[in-house]
Formats: sequence, C-alpha cells, structure tokens
Amino acid sequence: MSMKELFAPMKEPMIFGAGISILVGAIAIVVGLTYFKKWGWLYKNWLTTVDHKKIGVMYIFVALIMLFRGGIDALLMRAQTAIPENGLLNAEHYNEIFTTHGLIMIIFMAMPFIIGLMNIVIPLQIGARDVAFPRLNALSFWLFAAGAGLLNISFIIGGSPNAGWSSYFPLAGIEFSPNVGNNYYAWSLQISGLGTLMTGINFITTIVKMRAPGMTLMKMPMFTWSALITNIIITFAFPVLTVALALMTLDRQFGTKFFAMQDGGMDMLWANLFWVWGHPEVYIVILPAFGIFSEVISTFSRKNLFGYTSMVFSMIAISLLSFMVWVHHFYTMGHGVMVNGIFSITTMLIAVPTGVKIFNWLLTMRHGKITFTTPMLYALAFIPIFTIGGVTGVMLAMASADYQYHNTLFLVAHFHYVLIPGTVFGVLAGYHFWWPKIFGFRLNEKLGKSAFWCIVVGFNVAFFPLFILGLDGYARRMYTYSADTGYGPLSMVSFIGALVLAVGFALLCYNIYYSFRHSPRELTGDPWDARSLEWATQSPVPEYNFAIVPHINQLDEFWYAKKEGRDITAGQYERIHMPNNSGAPMWMAGVLFLFSFFFVFSVWSLVIVFGIATLGFMAYRSFEKDEGHHIEVAEIEATERRLRGEL
Amino acid sequence: MKELFPKEHVMGFIGSLVLTLAALTVVMFKGMSNGVALTILIVTAAAQALVQLVLFMHIGETEDKKSLYITIIYSVLVGLITVFGTLLAMVWGYM
Repeated sequence: MSMKELFAPMKEPMIFGAGISILVGAIAIVVGLTYFKKWGWLYKNWLTTVDHKKIGVMYIFVALIMLFRGGIDALLMRAQTAIPENGLLNAEHYNEIFTTHGLIMIIFMAMPFIIGLMNIVIPLQIGARDVAFPRLNALSFWLFAAGAGLLNISFIIGGSPNAGWSSYFPLAGIEFSPNVGNNYYAWSLQISGLGTLMTGINFITTIVKMRAPGMTLMKMPMFTWSALITNIIITFAFPVLTVALALMTLDRQFGTKFFAMQDGGMDMLWANLFWVWGHPEVYIVILPAFGIFSEVISTFSRKNLFGYTSMVFSMIAISLLSFMVWVHHFYTMGHGVMVNGIFSITTMLIAVPTGVKIFNWLLTMRHGKITFTTPMLYALAFIPIFTIGGVTGVMLAMASADYQYHNTLFLVAHFHYVLIPGTVFGVLAGYHFWWPKIFGFRLNEKLGKSAFWCIVVGFNVAFFPLFILGLDGYARRMYTYSADTGYGPLSMVSFIGALVLAVGFALLCYNIYYSFRHSPRELTGDPWDARSLEWATQSPVPEYNFAIVPHINQLDEFWYAKKEGRDITAGQYERIHMPNNSGAPMWMAGVLFLFSFFFVFSVWSLVIVFGIATLGFMAYRSFEKDEGHHIEVAEIEATERRLRGEL
Repeated sequence: MKELFPKEHVMGFIGSLVLTLAALTVVMFKGMSNGVALTILIVTAAAQALVQLVLFMHIGETEDKKSLYITIIYSVLVGLITVFGTLLAMVWGYM
C-alpha cells in the first residue's frame, strides 16, 4: 500500500480537520509535559502504577475521552439525518461513523467505565489491599488503551471499519470490504478483549480469595456481587469473541473460508458467534450498573437493600439466561419457527429476574428517607426509563412481531433506552458517588444536577421519536431519506435532543474543573453517610487502602458500627506488604499495539519482530524476581494523621 | 534441582502440541470419512481440555470440592448450550 492510499481518508475535509486537531492536541500535551517538567511524575505515578485505584482512574479518564469521540459521531449522525436529503456526510463516511460509534460506545466507553469503577471500588468494598494480580491488572488497562488507540487512528490512517459494529459477513469479508478498516476492527477488539478477559479472571480471584475476615459471600455489598457475576460472564463470553475475531482475521488476511458463502463456509456463523459473545456482553455492561444502583438507592433511602438474597439469585439467573438468548438478534435469518419459539421464550424469561430487581429497588425506597443527591437522581431516573427499554425489549422478543421491528429505528430506540439509563446513568451515578472517595472532594451538586436534567431530558427528546419513526418503517443505518417519507420533523426533534444531551455532557466535564477549584476538601472519609466498607477508610484512599483490615460480622457492617459508635478500623498498625510498580505492562501493550498495527497492513517482517518482542516480555516476566515492598508503621501513622487533617 | 524442574508444565506443553498436530491430520489427509474426522476432532479436543485443566490449571489440587463441582457444572452447561444452540439455529432448525 502506498503512502497516498494510506492517508486517503485525509482527503475528506472533516477527517483532515480531525486529524490536524489530534496532531495539535498531541503536540500540546508533549510540549506542556516537557515545559512543566512532568514526564518523570507522569511515568512514576501513573504510567507504571499497579495501584488499582489509579488504574481505575485511568480507565475512567480514557472512557470519558471515548465518550466524547463516540458522542461526536452520534451528533454527526443526528445532524446528517436531521433534514431530508442532507449532504453533510456521504454514504461511506456515514457508514464509518455508525460503525465506530457503536464500537467505541460499547467496547471503549461502557466497558472501561465499568471496569474502572470496579477497579476503584471492589478491593475497597471487600477490604483488600489491591486486586489479586496487580501487574496483570495494569496489563489489562494498557491492552485496552492500545485497542482504543488502534481503533481511533484508523480513521486517519487507512480508513475506519464500515460494516456496522456487528460487522456481519459477507459484507465484512475481504470481497465487499477490501480496505483495511475491518482488519482494524478485528485487531482493536482482539487486544482490548484479551485485556478484558484478564480483568475477568483477576476480579473473580480477588473477590473469591481476598475478602476481609468474616465477610462471607452473602455479606458482600451488592456492587461486589454484581461484579463477581459480571466477571464470570466475561470469562465465559470473551473467549468466543477471541476465536471469532481470529477466524475473521484468517478469512480476511489469509484466504480461509470460515465465513464465506461458498466452499463449505457459513456466513451466518459469524453472526452466531458474534452474538454468543454479544448478548452476554449486554449483561456485562448492565449488571454492574444494577449493582451501583443498589448501593446508591440503599444509601440515599437510609435503608438496607430490600430482598438482598433475591437480588443475588436473580443475578445468577440472569448470568445463565444471558447465554441462552443470543439467536434473538437474528430471528429474520431464516431458521424455523421452532428455533425462534425457543429463543423467544428464553428471552422473555430474562424479564422475570430483571423485574424482581426493579421491584426490590422500589421497595427499598418505600418508607425510606430519600435524599435527592446527584447519584440518587440518576438512580431514580433509571427505573422508569429503563422499564420502557425493558418493555420494548419484550416486544422485540416476540419473533413473529420482530419481523416488523427488525432493523428499524424501533430497535435502535430500544437498545438506547436500555443502555443509556442502564449503563450510562449507572456509571454516572457511580462516578458522582465514588468521586469523593478517590479525590477527597465532592463534585458540585448544583452543576451535577443541571447536567443530570440536560442528560435526562435530552436523552428522551433524542430517542423517543425513534420509536415512532421505527414503527413508520425508518430502517436503521440509512444515511439519508427523501422528504416524501415524512421522517423529517421527528428526525429534527431527535437532533435537538442530541444537542441538549451534548450540553449535559459538557456540563458534566466542566463540573470536574469547577469542583476542583471550589469544592471544600472532605476529611471524614464518609461524605454521604453511606453503608459499605469503602467509606470506612480515609479519602483520598491511601496506597494501602486500610491501615487496619476490619473484621466483618454482617452485611453493611460499617453502617451498624457507625450507629453503635464502634470504630471498625481501630487497632495496632503493622507493616504492610505492597506490590512494586512496573513499566513492563505499558511497554508490552505498546509492542502489541505495533504488532497489531502492522498486522492490519500485513507488513509481515515487522509483525514477526514485534511478535517476538511480545514473547520476550513474557519470558522476562517468568524469570523476574519481584518481591514487592513494605510500608513501615511510622509511614502509615503519618499518612493516617495527614488524611484526618491532624498534621 | 530435580524438584525445581517444571515437569508438569513441560509435559502439558508437549501434550498440547501433539494433540494439536493430531487434530491437524483431519485437514492434512484428504479423503477421511466425516465420521472418522469428527471422532478425531472430538477426542483430541476433550483430551486437550483435560491437559489444560490438569497440567496447567492444577484442577485436582483445590481443597474446596464443592465450588469446583459448581464451576464445572456451570462451564459444561454453558458449553453445551452454546454448542447445541448453534447446531439448532444453524443446522437442525434451519428452514
């Protein structure tokens, strides 16, 4: 491929502009870091860290950047379709944008936001000093970052994937998508998926093996339970994606015929494998949000969670059912009534445990003393809006009716009504809720609430019209339509809603700056008068999490101890063993990034070089002796007193 | 030195290579009947899974038998649902 072809996407003015702004931004960061002499600080404190809290912060930082990238994609799509016969984007560019919007929002925004919150909160909630494999955790983050980087450079170098986020064959095959876009798809998902799989194993081990003394499984906070179930689903679902993407790469770059339409291949097998992973993926992004809502609703209703046991068992039921429904994504493929019937029933069954959870939240709030904080507002908005998403989901679950809804904007409206109030409101609630734990000050409530109202109103204005348009037959992924269809007015309403939504997210980010400047520092460690163990330690949390690991006698031990005036963190300090920082995860992910990048362009000599380098990192790790380090008692005492504001 | 040599891992490494090569015969030697090919694939796949679980993941070493059995049952169930669900959707139930 010549240089001219390589940078062909830059011929489009909009992409050229974006390319230039990325370059300017990168230069500004490099110059700024050099000018303020911050390279050493950045490398030592962040890039090489194995601290679960810092890794969590980095996950969320990247997730917010990706939220803006995906959000700009979304605004462009709504702008393009706001009026009939619009010429803002051409068909090819529109295809690329809806593909990357889907990929970025699911894989590089929702997933890292959730994994970031898990990283920050889970070890604190169970009273652990870090995750089970801190170095592996850093590698997970850097692999995810490498994948995100790979997908984001695709639109400047070589061209973005353009066959939809599900990239169905034969469209995604080499015959119909001859440019490198879908190679980028395969490799960016592949390396970030490997990172996610490692996260899954890491967190299962952490939760099963590293709980504070006395904390049995049924005394774990609900967010930890949801994380455990989620990571089990991750561990079972992601290998399917790994294999499917490897087969895709073989088909596209080595001429095999797994998903071909002739020579014994089966094109729909891709759709099948994709959704065997893809449907559990939906629950991977929704269950932790359920966990966050459980924590938030219980905290701000000043009541314990209603139906704890039924919450746990409904999540276990969801985890099993999530593997039994995937065929409902392609009812119209042409399999018989019997198959569609079976998968209709399993799909509708999922509404039962989900309904149990909805009623549990409502009953938790009943007779509660509800305080309307920003996280609680997100939780309150979630229940009715998510229910609309759930009910339209049951409509789509009926196979015979689905022939009418399939591939229309009705479906698009449905999954946004599930993912935005579910996942996005969930992570935003968690983000406001746990922010003071990490940074030692609260986000401004007034700005937080303004952002909330923009987001919740903008969301409904943007997406409710899509239900109606979908029922009128507006097919998804159409880059334009004629005025005769009558889709114009409601599409314009939807675009206005998207603009309001954008204002909401801008306010959300401005709030970080504003609160950093003006918010009072928080010295109690428990600003919300909350219930679970993470609030028992100082804010911001010291490196070692708990100076004394508390003994747990019951669910919400911290809450009851507060009421009874007991201090569960009192005791004699002892030296604490902690893992050492390491630069290896970042460099290894960097090498894998280059490996994947050259694989995308089939530059085999460099693929071999960087492949061997990757193996070299693994070999180095096998022989490395790293015993970690100890934090001495004097240092713990000093840190604790400083965080209590005594020094 | 003898105790330090990772005997199990080396055995597992060689075992998984041999089993992979055995499975490869199915495509390398043309003219094998479908039944024979499928038998070779299923047997080598099952043996491969055992090699991984026993020699690399030390499945027999855990004290907690109850959670081990629950995990195995869950895994087998999800595996069977995926395999037979796929066959149902892609082959048997196809119109």
